[in-house]
Amino acid sequence: MDKINLTIDNKDIKVPPGTTLLKAAEKAGIDVPSLCYHPDLTIHGACRVCVIENLKDNSLLASCVTPVQNGMELSTRSMKARKARRRNVKLLLANHPNDCLGCDRNGSCELQDITHNLGICREDIEEIQGEVRKVPRDQVGPALKRDPNKCILCGRCVRVCEEVQGVSALQFSNRGFDSIVTTAFDLPQSEINCANCGQCATVCPVGAITEVSEIKNVWEALEDDNLHVVCQTAPSIQATIGEEFGYKAGTVVTGKLIAALDKLGFDRVFSTEFTADLTIMEEGAEFLQRITKNENLPHITSCCPGWVKYAEHNYPELLNHLSSAKSPQQMFSALSKTYYAEKEGLDPEKIYTVSIMPCTAKKFEKEREEINASQSKDTDAVLTTRELARMIKEVGIKFEMLEDKEYDILMGKHTGAGTIFGTTGGVAEAAVRTVKEKLTGEPLNRLDLGFKGINKAEVVINDKIIRVAIVNGLKNAEKILKEVKKGQSNYDFVEIMACPHGCVGGGGQPLPVDEKTKELRGNSLSHTDRQSVVRRSHKNPMIEKLYSEYLKEPNGSKSHQLLHTSYKKRAKN
Amino acid sequence: MVCNCTYEESTKYLEPLQEILKNYQTIEKNLVPILQDVQDEYGYLPRDILSEIATYLDLSLSQVFGVVTFYSQFHLKPRGENIIRVCTGTACHVRGGSEVLEQIQEELNIKNGQTTDDLSFTLETVACIGACGLAPVIMINDETYGRMTAEKVLDVLGEYIE
Ligand code: SF4
Ligand code: SF4
Ligand code: SF4
Ligand code: FES
Repeated sequence: MDKINLTIDNKDIKVPPGTTLLKAAEKAGIDVPSLCYHPDLTIHGACRVCVIENLKDNSLLASCVTPVQNGMELSTRSMKARKARRRNVKLLLANHPNDCLGCDRNGSCELQDITHNLGICREDIEEIQGEVRKVPRDQVGPALKRDPNKCILCGRCVRVCEEVQGVSALQFSNRGFDSIVTTAFDLPQSEINCANCGQCATVCPVGAITEVSEIKNVWEALEDDNLHVVCQTAPSIQATIGEEFGYKAGTVVTGKLIAALDKLGFDRVFSTEFTADLTIMEEGAEFLQRITKNENLPHITSCCPGWVKYAEHNYPELLNHLSSAKSPQQMFSALSKTYYAEKEGLDPEKIYTVSIMPCTAKKFEKEREEINASQSKDTDAVLTTRELARMIKEVGIKFEMLEDKEYDILMGKHTGAGTIFGTTGGVAEAAVRTVKEKLTGEPLNRLDLGFKGINKAEVVINDKIIRVAIVNGLKNAEKILKEVKKGQSNYDFVEIMACPHGCVGGGGQPLPVDEKTKELRGNSLSHTDRQSVVRRSHKNPMIEKLYSEYLKEPNGSKSHQLLHTSYKKRAKN
Repeated sequence: MVCNCTYEESTKYLEPLQEILKNYQTIEKNLVPILQDVQDEYGYLPRDILSEIATYLDLSLSQVFGVVTFYSQFHLKPRGENIIRVCTGTACHVRGGSEVLEQIQEELNIKNGQTTDDLSFTLETVACIGACGLAPVIMINDETYGRMTAEKVLDVLGEYIE
């Protein structure tokens, strides 16, 4: 179709019809400030922070919603546009708590940045200060907390929860001055159908939805000489934490991550990739059994606690399709207080386990009653990538100057298959690699499943076609699950991750984030896998050792006691 | 769940709801009419009932809650047998409406928006009843009472107190 011609700030621009003014301005090299707009979500057009002036009739247009028209002459920087933007931001500040110093998003808050960039100062705020809302905060946790008084009603969380997750746990309620975004009856997010995935926290431009911080507990443990503090880092962290220290998205900083943890005082730095390999052994064995017996197919992965909680609320009748294997986080923690304690001659009671996770749902998972296999709580604390970065900054470790280190070997050695657990498609790929080779002795060519929505692949193993599907985003999962429920699905293996792009897009990852960033992070993990010497979980020498010296066999009785779990039906509404 | 009743009781409790739902297809746009029918039947919108409605329409409870709290016609708490509406429009305000309101609050020991424990009265304020000539005005159910004073309003209330 013919392109549309227009001028923005006197610059001629050509863009396809349907492009919004905001996007056209981007092409002209201008970032128009915006708040309710998010590149990965539908457009809401409510905050009017993005207004620009139409020079032909001096009207103001919300650039995020207005499509281009031929011959438009626009100014993003006219006095009128700048004044209007300032006024609109000031109105948001008029009933905002303006509690920046005590806010979790101090330094990463979009409202704060815009206020600063627009030159709004204390006098401006005092001049308009109105009544501030005083509604109760949700601090029940264990994953997320909400402070609706900080909410600027941009609706980004409402949209991500509905459009991407299909959960709709957050909604606009009440009217007028009393409008707030909240859950049904203001219930805590752990008590309703919320998956605890934290996607809402990643799109919230302000500090209204954040993770429950466990930094304090971890410092206390690190300072306690009686405790032996063990940490595990999830596969995706190495590809994301660099962003917190100024690296480009997708820079893999494994060695520095380990060095930083070592400097913080952890007694052992291990990797969740080790138990990702272990998950493949356990889940692979379970899957083999299911295809041999042709029961409970499709086999559905269970390593994502956001997805597991969603399934318990929405598809209780499909829970027997979920692998009974625990998530790598929980396998790791259970082994830390049993296998590792035994090997090192440590009292399990004195071991404190910390996991560095991309994810807020992992905080929920560690509190599940049925999850503990050791005498005490298996996982003591979960830190998100953001929380860990904050600890590193607190003590002033110069991240870029750190000398690369390696994981402690016993539970740190891993394969490329464990690494790709952190990105969409990784679990399925790793599982099929091991299953195929075990059954046929032939290695698998890469499945190379795509990223977005639902992706499918077929693998022939001993004349049998194995149908694999991978899904990320719970709204996408719904499509497959409905088919399974109706008995219309012919998949054998389904991988489901709650977050778009999998854990690299998790609710605890560095902000700000959009699809592009997530893709870069995911690509880096795939690249790391391709560079790995060992790429198949069953070839991990430390996994072989674990089985020969401790577990004996996949899916054996010891495994069942430590590495497998059960699920329970939860109310849909 | 708030409800502690036995299974028998709870199914009985849900029966009128099931009857109402029979009249509606499971499409989202039926939400408001269902809520209206249900409120007529139960007098208000109990949480358990809202959960059932949400599940029936394949919505989340939060979505239903959002709609319920948007419209002032819907109530999440039981309502009194008698609904008192005190006008707080300009005319009533100027001529002592707030003293009338205070007197009622004191007499019934409830605040604006609340219901007495024995469920006999619910007290609300309204922006304007449209009877400014009679200011200050209150309404009890469908009856209008004009030229109220703090004393007179006690007599009016007396008519409704059993
Ligand atoms: S945590 Fe996930 S499911 Fe829960 S409200 Fe946020 S986006 Fe929705
Ligand atoms: S909680 Fe955050 S994302 Fe949600 S509407 Fe409020 S400001 Fe926007
Ligand atoms: S996809 Fe990863 S980050 Fe997101 S909820 Fe699942 S486990 Fe957590
Ligand atoms: S960003 Fe355009 S209206 Fe909010």
